[in-house]
Amino acid sequence: MDLILQQMVNAVSLGGIYALLALGLAVVFSIVRLINFAHGEVMTVAGYGIWIALASAWPVAAAVALGLAVAILAAVSMERVAFRAMRGADVTTLLITSFAVSEIIKVLFQNGISARPVPVVLPAWMSGTLDLGPVRIGVIALISILTVALSLVLLSVFLRRTVMGLAMRAAAEDFPVVRLMGLRANHVIALAFAVSGILAGVAAVLWVAQRGSVDPLMGAAPVLKAFIATVLGGLGSLTGAVIGGFVVGAVEVCLQGFLPQSLLPYREAISLALIIAVLVWRPDGLWPAEQTSRS
Amino acid sequence: MLAVRDLKVRYGAVEAVRGLDLSLARGQLLALLGANGAGKTSTLAAIAGLVPAAGRIEIAGETAGGLPPETLARRGVALVPEGRRLFAGLTVAENLTLGGAVHTPPAERRRRVAAMEERFPVLAERRHQKAGLLSGGEQQMLALARALMAGPRLLLLDEPSLGLAPQMVERVFDIVAGLKAEGLTILLVEQNVPMSLAIADQAVVLANGRAALSGPAAEVAASDHVRRAYLAA
Ligand SMILES: Nc1ncnc2c1ncn2[C@@H]1O[C@H](COP(=O)(O)OP(=O)(O)OP(=O)(O)O)[C@@H](O)[C@H]1O
Ligand SMILES: [Mg+2]
Repeated sequence: MDLILQQMVNAVSLGGIYALLALGLAVVFSIVRLINFAHGEVMTVAGYGIWIALASAWPVAAAVALGLAVAILAAVSMERVAFRAMRGADVTTLLITSFAVSEIIKVLFQNGISARPVPVVLPAWMSGTLDLGPVRIGVIALISILTVALSLVLLSVFLRRTVMGLAMRAAAEDFPVVRLMGLRANHVIALAFAVSGILAGVAAVLWVAQRGSVDPLMGAAPVLKAFIATVLGGLGSLTGAVIGGFVVGAVEVCLQGFLPQSLLPYREAISLALIIAVLVWRPDGLWPAEQTSRS
Repeated sequence: MLAVRDLKVRYGAVEAVRGLDLSLARGQLLALLGANGAGKTSTLAAIAGLVPAAGRIEIAGETAGGLPPETLARRGVALVPEGRRLFAGLTVAENLTLGGAVHTPPAERRRRVAAMEERFPVLAERRHQKAGLLSGGEQQMLALARALMAGPRLLLLDEPSLGLAPQMVERVFDIVAGLKAEGLTILLVEQNVPMSLAIADQAVVLANGRAALSGPAAEVAASDHVRRAYLAA
């Protein structure tokens, strides 16, 4: 029983990170039809920001703030420098552009800092555990779950209650008409990247807290999982991205925890096979984006 | 208010508009008529900045050609697009709010939403419904209200009566006539020729991207060409 609860906590805290990353991918994709494979590097940049801040003995809150700030900056600059020039290009061109951006950033970190992981020293209280009734939960796991929940609530309020949030939802349906309402295309797109940047920044904070190190490839694996999550949830659907993120996290944790020893090396293959099976059953994903009634 | 000289719109090899002149005085209603594929939508899209075009476009005396749609919207141009193009997944109230997005003080936006709900009571009833779930007539009301939210100086309407039941068609034309009576300058694209000519001051009949006929609405209505082709007289 304890083990199952423990695994559920693990699944939610890992799945939450995938959900945040998948949301960032989905927000950008829904508006500019770009699958941003450099999204993982936004997370990496944020990770190094946190590392530098903590290594300079900044308080944790300031380090987190710096991580989020550099994530926003990284995402918005990517759009400005690389993707804006490619606006309106076909999906493949955009995809290749994002691979290029991703590779460039990785190499910069490998050569500029180190190809090897650098440890991030977290305050001692973070490595503790709390006893909540029958379950013992790690402080970091608890923070992760609460942070993910708060991020999802804040994003949902933003998308429902502010004009720019409405504009982003509307732009996912019909961008030219959003421009007819007097909203600048560049602003809406920059905002989409900024939102994806914040989400990647939060994911980076949680990832670093859970792993205790940063390295140039730290964003690559989770963003691949997040990409799988967006496809599983329904490409371009925000709700789908969140659901997909949690499903991918849960599958990963379950296979890790409950597979017999002899099958463990195949867990990635098994999890991908499961996801392919889901997509065969529901090709548009678990929770596809709303179809617009465009005539 | 609007002056268009030698307007040309092309999509690759297709020449949709081939040298069109239009002029529309403040407070007047110009009906732009013509068969399917004549270039009506392309003309409106060019004026609203949605498609690149050659020629001169002046709005309220200022050059408007080549400006992006958001800038034109801020200068007072509002387009009710063909097929309405509401944000189907957003509620009625959210569609209206976006229509007034150029008004930065939120209080002003809310005041305008309330004014639109008073003008179109059905929108107040459906406030929290998704726009995609409205009936065709309700959707057209919402599309009009969304465009009016910006407080435009020049209203471009692309076939507002298309696909509506006869009663609803009359309602739409009543509304358009009412807007004109309030002093709004309107460029109306329509296939319903008799009803359009009845409320228009001026009319242009487009054929293959050119003006086949233009002049005061009454003269155009009396012309042999229009009587034979559209008025079945
Ligand atoms: N995006 C486009 N790409 C290529 N050709 C187009 C495009 N839009 C319109 N056309 C062509 O341009 C011509 C004019 O089209 P337009 O939509 O302006 O006509 P319309 O008068 O509005 O017709 P309708 O009454 O059917 O709405 C047509 O031949 C059409 O096929
Ligand atoms: Mg048309």
